[in-house]
Amino acid sequence: MAVTMLGYIEQNSVIHRLSGFTKLVVFLIWSSIAMLSYDTRILIALFVVSIFIFKLSKIRFAEIKFVVLFIMGFLALNTLAIYLFAPEEGVRIYGTRHLLFELNGRYTVTLEQLFYQLNIILKYIVVTPAALLFIVTTHPSEFAASLNRVGVHYKIAFAVSLALRYIPDIQRDFHMISKVQQARGVNISPAEKLGKRLKHASSIIIPLIFSSLERIDVVSNAMELRSFGKHKSRTWYSAKPLMQLDWTVLIVSLLLFALAMIITFYDGSRFYNPF
Amino acid sequence: MTTPIIAFNHFSFKYYSQVEPTLTNINLTIAKGEKVLILGPSGSGKSTLAHCLNGLIPFSYTGEITGTLHINGQQTDQLDLFSLSKMVGTVLQDTDGQFIGLSVAEDIAFALENENVNQEKMELRVAEIAKLVEMEPYQDSAIHALSGGQKQRVSIGGVMVAEEVDLLLFDEPLASLDPATGHYAMQLIADIHSQTNKTMIVIEHRLEDALQLQFDRIIVMNEGEIISDSTPNQLLASNKLEQIYIREPLYTKALKYAGSNIEANQQPEQIEHLVLSEQDKRNLQYWSSHSSVEPVTIVEPRNPLLELRDVSFYYQEKQIFSQVSFSIYQGELISLVGRNGAGKSTLAKAICGFEPIDHGEILFNGTRFDNQSISERANHVGFVLQNPNQMFSKHKIYDEIALGLVLRQVSEQEIRTRVEDVLHICGLYPFRNWPISALSYGQKKRVSIAAILVLNPRLLILDEPTAGQDLRHYTEIMDFLCTLNEQGITIILITHDMHVMLEYTTRSLVLTDGQLIADQSPVDVLTNDTIIERAQLRRTSLFDLAIKAGIEAPAHFIKNFITHDREVRRTWQ
Repeated sequence: MAVTMLGYIEQNSVIHRLSGFTKLVVFLIWSSIAMLSYDTRILIALFVVSIFIFKLSKIRFAEIKFVVLFIMGFLALNTLAIYLFAPEEGVRIYGTRHLLFELNGRYTVTLEQLFYQLNIILKYIVVTPAALLFIVTTHPSEFAASLNRVGVHYKIAFAVSLALRYIPDIQRDFHMISKVQQARGVNISPAEKLGKRLKHASSIIIPLIFSSLERIDVVSNAMELRSFGKHKSRTWYSAKPLMQLDWTVLIVSLLLFALAMIITFYDGSRFYNPF
Repeated sequence: MTTPIIAFNHFSFKYYSQVEPTLTNINLTIAKGEKVLILGPSGSGKSTLAHCLNGLIPFSYTGEITGTLHINGQQTDQLDLFSLSKMVGTVLQDTDGQFIGLSVAEDIAFALENENVNQEKMELRVAEIAKLVEMEPYQDSAIHALSGGQKQRVSIGGVMVAEEVDLLLFDEPLASLDPATGHYAMQLIADIHSQTNKTMIVIEHRLEDALQLQFDRIIVMNEGEIISDSTPNQLLASNKLEQIYIREPLYTKALKYAGSNIEANQQPEQIEHLVLSEQDKRNLQYWSSHSSVEPVTIVEPRNPLLELRDVSFYYQEKQIFSQVSFSIYQGELISLVGRNGAGKSTLAKAICGFEPIDHGEILFNGTRFDNQSISERANHVGFVLQNPNQMFSKHKIYDEIALGLVLRQVSEQEIRTRVEDVLHICGLYPFRNWPISALSYGQKKRVSIAAILVLNPRLLILDEPTAGQDLRHYTEIMDFLCTLNEQGITIILITHDMHVMLEYTTRSLVLTDGQLIADQSPVDVLTNDTIIERAQLRRTSLFDLAIKAGIEAPAHFIKNFITHDREVRRTWQ
């Protein structure tokens, strides 16, 4: 079977019991702080809290390992690119220069640059658990409701959640079509030449597109016949009402946001400068 | 008299893309609370009629309308899709495609959500509807984990949930259900009718199974016109059905073959209530003992072409089938039957190598088969999907059929001769340069078979080749398969159509819960109550008729009927 993609993971935890709306708002606050602040102390604090929240959710690392590794790989690439394009960025920001050693030509390694890049890595590491937790602990049925509640139009919210829902169906179709075409001699294994593989892949993708279009036609008729799109708003059967716990979490994270902003901008710059 | 719920008045409709009108001069009124069957072969306009009722015409599919249609006294072209869908609830044919919610309760609630009903009210209403469609204990279940029959109940719930709906429209509710589940679905519709007295309109071409619902009226359509509007008993007593391609109930057909006339007062609507005169019984008995049955050709024991030995298959630690063993001999035409989800398709996929088996061995022509690759196996065994569109990737018919050979790097000269041979066999030669998209469904089906045949397999497995086809297309596809069979190709049909089993195949393999529970002649399977119940089949009405007529050997009577019927239908062509 295909690699299980990022999806809802059933568990009974405090985090799962929170409304999807709360989790989405917390995620947005979390990423705003991480985006705005270069204050290392705050980023480290957020990271520690993220790990703690992750433990609370009872999600095992193994269950999201694939995605985390993927993000980490991407992060490594990103870090390398920043260094290649702007090796002196740290020096420019912090205004001092502690040279560690020199590499080739304009590439030097300074304490400032290392510190700057550490901050960037921290930003990613802080956002990742929050984003993953929102996705894996929010039931797909609640997903659209949460998006709608933060102001996304319900038609767009619905489109997003339908797309997520159809991934398994389309995977199944793909599996079937690719086997049938393999029986006719289509070969997309790495042993084939790239050009041929692309040509062969089209004989799987074309029928897949047509069968997906058929699917869309049926479901859009079914939705219209049941009044989808009639009013400017709609209600959600599986939206969770906000409980006391949700309010507490929302207030705490807003306070946290304010606190983080105060600390970050206290000295007039969003960079924390130890030098 | 109160206002009728539906009133068509000199109504005609023509799609902009077509030259001829699809509906011509329809005059039809239906009163509140009636149960009406709209019957007709493919292309008779019955689906178009349904689209006019639920508003997809003219609001999604455009065309030219003349005459009027009033629903609840309102003229429909002055309403909009939403006001119409409030009055008319439609249960679509494709049960899988029409679900929007993930869980049962969520899907039932969909229409309420769109009407901005608050959560509290929604929960009460959903629970009420779940009870009505007998899905109360499953409200939190995921839809994809349900059986075919349960899914259909959810889709009925989803349209009934809007309180104002006073007309329910069912578009071919029997199409994808096994016989027992179909029977149960009709029962459920009847129960809902007696509890709510809503108007029920069912569109079907499977008459015998639909009759279960005890309709007030049957409207027969052909070529865009209404050709009959009568009670079921009157319709069955007439000879209207013979003129169009609708399958009569087997028991009335048998009576006609035996030389009896059917009168409306004999209550032919259901075999249970059918009254046979002494003359009818004598006719049947005489016909049974005198008509000529071809001696059954007993297949000499030979070496099997395909042999399965103790084959087991697990999927995500769940057993799909276990220790299945059987043999298929050269030249056989076999049916593989069982309830929806019994593992029939998976078994076929395992034979073709689409799924690996976990235990046992598969032999083809005496050599090990299960360790060969998919494309090696495809040189011997061809698998034809249910939906032909799932395999087409070329524009022209010729190229599509040639694809398998091109990929096998066969010389151009040989490709040409082999493709042309197959085109002739499949009756597609005149169309060889046509685009596939210009073909009818039945022709596409042939192209999909041709694309497999060109690899010269000795065994062909077809998944539900006749699903959703009316009698004419059904006969066309099945006769084509018989021609192939006569030319020496061994065929396995995966089906839950009892007519396919009975009329065409010589042996049935019955699969239930992953076990092979029977391997015998279709007549024996369809008269054995234990197998029928376990595999969710239905006993053929011919058996009941034989018992009613006091015939001592019902199995013999049934075989007689099939042979005779096949002869009669052959003359249609």
